[in-house]
Amino acid sequence: MKLAVWTYEGPPHVGAMRVATAMQGLHYVLHAPQGDTYADLLFTMIERRDRRPPVTYTTFQARDLGGDTAELFKTAAREAVERFRPEALLVGASCTAELIQDDPGGLARALGLPIPVVAVELPSYQKKENWGAAETFYQLVRAMAGPSVPPPGTARAPRAPGRAPRCNILGPTALGFRHRDDLREVRALLARLGVDVAVVAPEGATPADLARLGEADFNVVLYPETAGLAAAWLARNFAQPATKTVPIGVGATRDFIAEVAALAGLDAAPLLGEETSRLPWYSRSVDSTYLTGKRVFIFGDATHAIAAARVATEELGLEVVLLGTYSREFARDIRDAAARLGCAALVTDDYLEVEEKVAELRPELVLGTQMERHVAKKHGIPCAVISAPVHVQDFPARFSPQMGFEGANVLFDTWVHPLMMGLEEHLVAMFRDDFEFNDTAPSHLGHAAAAAPAPAPAALATAAAATDAVAWAPDAERELQRIPFFVRGKARRNTEAFARERGLSNITVEALYDAKAHYAR
Amino acid sequence: MRERGQREVFCGLTGIVWLHRKIQDAFFLVVGSRTCAHLIQSAAGVMIFAEPRFATAIIEERDLAGLADANEELDRVVARLLERRPDIRLLFLVGSCPSEVIKLDLSRAAQRLSRRIHPDVRVLNYSGSGIETTFTQGEDACLAALVPEMPAEPAGAAPSLLVVGALAEVVEDQMRRLFDAMGIARVHFLPPRRANELAPVGPNTLMLLAQPFLADTARALAGRGARRLPAPFPLGVEGTTMWLRAAAEAFGVDPTRFAAATAAGEARARGAVARHRERLAGRKIFFFPDSQLEVPLARFLSRELDMELAEVGSPYLHREHLAEELAMLPEGTALSEGQHLDRQLDRCRDARPDLVVCGLGLANPLEAEGMATKWSIELVFTPIQGYDQAGDLAALFSRPLLRRAKLEV
Repeated sequence: MKLAVWTYEGPPHVGAMRVATAMQGLHYVLHAPQGDTYADLLFTMIERRDRRPPVTYTTFQARDLGGDTAELFKTAAREAVERFRPEALLVGASCTAELIQDDPGGLARALGLPIPVVAVELPSYQKKENWGAAETFYQLVRAMAGPSVPPPGTARAPRAPGRAPRCNILGPTALGFRHRDDLREVRALLARLGVDVAVVAPEGATPADLARLGEADFNVVLYPETAGLAAAWLARNFAQPATKTVPIGVGATRDFIAEVAALAGLDAAPLLGEETSRLPWYSRSVDSTYLTGKRVFIFGDATHAIAAARVATEELGLEVVLLGTYSREFARDIRDAAARLGCAALVTDDYLEVEEKVAELRPELVLGTQMERHVAKKHGIPCAVISAPVHVQDFPARFSPQMGFEGANVLFDTWVHPLMMGLEEHLVAMFRDDFEFNDTAPSHLGHAAAAAPAPAPAALATAAAATDAVAWAPDAERELQRIPFFVRGKARRNTEAFARERGLSNITVEALYDAKAHYAR
Repeated sequence: MRERGQREVFCGLTGIVWLHRKIQDAFFLVVGSRTCAHLIQSAAGVMIFAEPRFATAIIEERDLAGLADANEELDRVVARLLERRPDIRLLFLVGSCPSEVIKLDLSRAAQRLSRRIHPDVRVLNYSGSGIETTFTQGEDACLAALVPEMPAEPAGAAPSLLVVGALAEVVEDQMRRLFDAMGIARVHFLPPRRANELAPVGPNTLMLLAQPFLADTARALAGRGARRLPAPFPLGVEGTTMWLRAAAEAFGVDPTRFAAATAAGEARARGAVARHRERLAGRKIFFFPDSQLEVPLARFLSRELDMELAEVGSPYLHREHLAEELAMLPEGTALSEGQHLDRQLDRCRDARPDLVVCGLGLANPLEAEGMATKWSIELVFTPIQGYDQAGDLAALFSRPLLRRAKLEV
């Protein structure tokens, strides 16, 4: 058993629902107990979709367990096909149904339905939401496009002369973080390059569209977490290459344009010549100088975390203190990226472990998920959201991509906003006793200055363990309070490490400044 | 009418979302799957918590394969939790569908943890699984688990009144003032605001149910000798008066004193409700099953706001506790117990109601079809009982209609 205060991903059947809900003409029959329909709310409330997800649940209850739950499943599947008349049926089980082992795939096939039935096996006690989405999308692509796979060894026919290169866009799903606007931004980039889009999937695609995936010249993979498996299958069976760069950030967008142009046999130079992001100038303007070297903690799905680390270092001049992900499937990519940046790497789906790391590293900014907002609140650290899981406020009405040049503009505004602005930061450091402006909350966020957050028991325990018999002299402690709040945690930690190293049992003002000089960058 | 089929309802785990706010030193540890953890955070996670008071012990593959001793695992998880949160005084181990299906004995685990491992923390258990409980039944199961912990009332104690069901603090305070004014002094509430404030119970305890979904709790209290006072539920002017009167009569309160205590509140409430009648009278309302509050709400809306009832769906009809309510519904009201979602949606579309009370999984899709909806979960999260909330309760139903009238785009 594992203690989970918050979970970064839902169960794998929610991933399957994200694929089914994104598509058209597909229905999902899910063997699940009463109550699992809560997942509908993710789509109707968090994402505010205007129709019910195309999901029929068997919603069995305790009294059904003695009887024939398999019959319940068959009735539900038959009724769903009659009522919704889908092109194809997806069937599977949720975690509880997995325990009662009714085999939805076998049962659905035995019904002799007039449409293709795709069964997905999603091991709920091992795998999670993104894996469920990737596996479901892969199984659907294989089932629909499989029949048109050419015999092994068939060479791809060259593109007809005069015909624009065509690609598929793979990865956008329901309940994806900014998938709606990323798709619009990437479509616009592709159009400006002169690349046609054949099929976008899963979002908006029908099963018949999936059958046509092999016709495109190459694939654009926007979200490797959900589309990586399907793209690899398409590469093997249709010899379709796929993009590797995810266009989040100015640099990555430029690399992406060059990569797509190479795959399409086009010239990227004209599009690269017209810079359309404001991020580079905003970041170079002197107002941004104070951002230099601010210590940032990054956690999210692997794609967004790695992209954020590049933007943070190369485009905003921040210092990444930790790069982490809950996507175990991409652990290696995260470790490589962290090694390149020379920062700590963290691969975990344990919220408490992430929280401990934040407490230990005391960053000045946390870029994370909805869960890191809880951590940041507890520790009084500014925070911005860069990745799912997210809540309703991160499915905004306005255009807010993360990808492309406009996405970079959005990133600049979103990440800088929670930080205290330059002038206030200076004045708060100079005059510490102001009744209105003090070091607990930036005034541009509009909150009355709250009392400093009381350290939680866990934080205290960590602090006590770290202190390790090094005591602070009262005047040194007072001096420490003069250090601006967002670097104070780090100063405390460094000074204590410095004292321990030198065997000092008492930290004086002198020791504080010795440590400061020692760690000066 | 009884129906079976797909049920679009929450499981009892959802009760944690309000119960953890009500009992302030309690912690709710669900023993279940990632689905259970995901449910609770999807419901409550829009609030940003520095220290949440709920969590999930997620069952893993090795627990299922029997490779790990489930009890040892649970002890380890609880130890980690309590080390992190030394302020917890009451810990609920909450059963889920997976833990029920694999027959993990959480009641024995709770006893073991309480007695041996964490004597300072009371550990209790109840099931909030979807296979056994629907939405508010989670509160019923939780309160029923508290009943054996209530101290015994001494044999010759003066009669006391126990109000059962989680109420908003403001409502609780109002009720207490009303009972005071009638001269009923010994009034307790279940659940209490803090774990160590559990009311005593015994043969001289008279209980008044404030919520219609408390079948097991009432049975457990009856097992301790408490006697239930039959009454409709305190929704609307009429319901509140009858509910209060049931207590007044049992305690022998003089009718003039009762009238004096309630007159002002009743008059205020009538005025507040009347302001909404204009918008709601004659309008047709359709209830999808959700919380078991549907019957009392339908009674209030039909009798005090003159609404027409197209169908009143409830996940479960407890005919004994609802006897007074059912008698007050207009004759021939279409009642449905259980659900076949798609057929019920067909009936709803056919009925062309002016307002549909339904869960959030249906609300936006029905709005997009052109129907006005009132999402039902809010009725559990909002202070709606008593005189001074009667107007607010009516407003919950008139607001969606008002909004539709206002919006011009």
